[in-house]
Amino acid sequence: MARINASVYSSHIPAIGAAIDQDKTHEPYWQPVFDGFEPSKRWLKENLPDVVFLVYNDHATAFSLDIIPTFAIGTAPGFAVADEGWGPRPVPDVVGHPEFASHIAQAVIEDEFDLTIVNKMDVDHGLTVPLSLMCGKVEEWPFRVIPFAVNVVQYPAPLGRRCYRLGQAIRRAVERFDEPLNVHIWGTGGMSHQLQGPRAGLINREFDNAFLDRLIAEPAELAEMPHIEYIREAGSEGIELVMWLIARGAMSDGAGGPTPKVTHRFYHVPASNTALGHLILEEKD
Amino acid sequence: MALDKPYKDVPGTTVFDAEQSRRGYWLNQFCTSLMKSDNRERFKANERAYLDEWPMSEAQKQAVMDRDLNRCIELGGNIYFLARVGATDGKSFQQMAGSMTGMSEEAYREMMVNGGRSIKGNRTIGEKENP
Repeated sequence: MARINASVYSSHIPAIGAAIDQDKTHEPYWQPVFDGFEPSKRWLKENLPDVVFLVYNDHATAFSLDIIPTFAIGTAPGFAVADEGWGPRPVPDVVGHPEFASHIAQAVIEDEFDLTIVNKMDVDHGLTVPLSLMCGKVEEWPFRVIPFAVNVVQYPAPLGRRCYRLGQAIRRAVERFDEPLNVHIWGTGGMSHQLQGPRAGLINREFDNAFLDRLIAEPAELAEMPHIEYIREAGSEGIELVMWLIARGAMSDGAGGPTPKVTHRFYHVPASNTALGHLILEEKD
Repeated sequence: MALDKPYKDVPGTTVFDAEQSRRGYWLNQFCTSLMKSDNRERFKANERAYLDEWPMSEAQKQAVMDRDLNRCIELGGNIYFLARVGATDGKSFQQMAGSMTGMSEEAYREMMVNGGRSIKGNRTIGEKENP
């Protein structure tokens, strides 16, 4: 059967993608960011998954205000890299896994999480920046990707509790797939940042580090945090952090297993307007 | 019973909720149209004429022409949509965000390098920083 063996958490700041694409990674401003992902790139090469289930949010790219799905799973064979107004990033298109994604969609909907199924979708920096951070510059991505888009643009985003429980349902769905796939689940976005209004530029290190601590040690309790606390403490765009709870819910301790091992933890301020957080958790057995 | 909107007391912040989304529908759809390079060119050639193709309010059109992002947001704009106008102008997210704070681009960048805007004094409207 397929199995989730690790979860990866990362911010998906667009300026990081631009820094990679324009070969600025060794500039003093960016060097600390990429140094923080060096252990992650090595780890990923040694623990290459077959499929990454990648939780991210679309930034008014594939979904305008015409259609706003709360949870959307990409079931296509491939996903093109979007033009977000600066031209598409010069990175490979994403290869999907239609059979596995469709299986997950069916199982999760039968488990009472009513997903939107998407057979045509371009993917934006929310998905491609974490891939670039973890894989570097490549000719093709070294695994298949199932894009999973969460609405965090129009309030309200799904509740943290709902996200955590959805992660648990995704784990159950993965384990019912007959092929022996090594699966990683990634949660992206955050950490504290605000991109609008006179409060733009807000950063809250204490909140972010407490979030990382609690995500590791007590995710179910963390999932009870109300939306207003994210907005007030981590900025209006900090609410993207609910997506991390989907990935965290899919680890085996959410189903009575052991607490995962912390393989890597990294935090850096600033990357453009944003506090960058990163975590790798691995199953123990 | 009315919906609870506790986020209304967060200073300097407009949460893009259903009410704002309804107010800003055409403004945001106009922004989305700028993802196509042909539309960007037509907009740049004659902003007023391009905006007049959209059923936006006069205030929304003026706010776009003024590049007044705070006003755009007040009128229902969302930053991820408004970013298409910024991209058309060749602006980065940091330049766009900074433009809403009343700070110079340099001062905003400096604030971010020094750890960003502090949460102290910024949690609720009227809050004073406690020493």
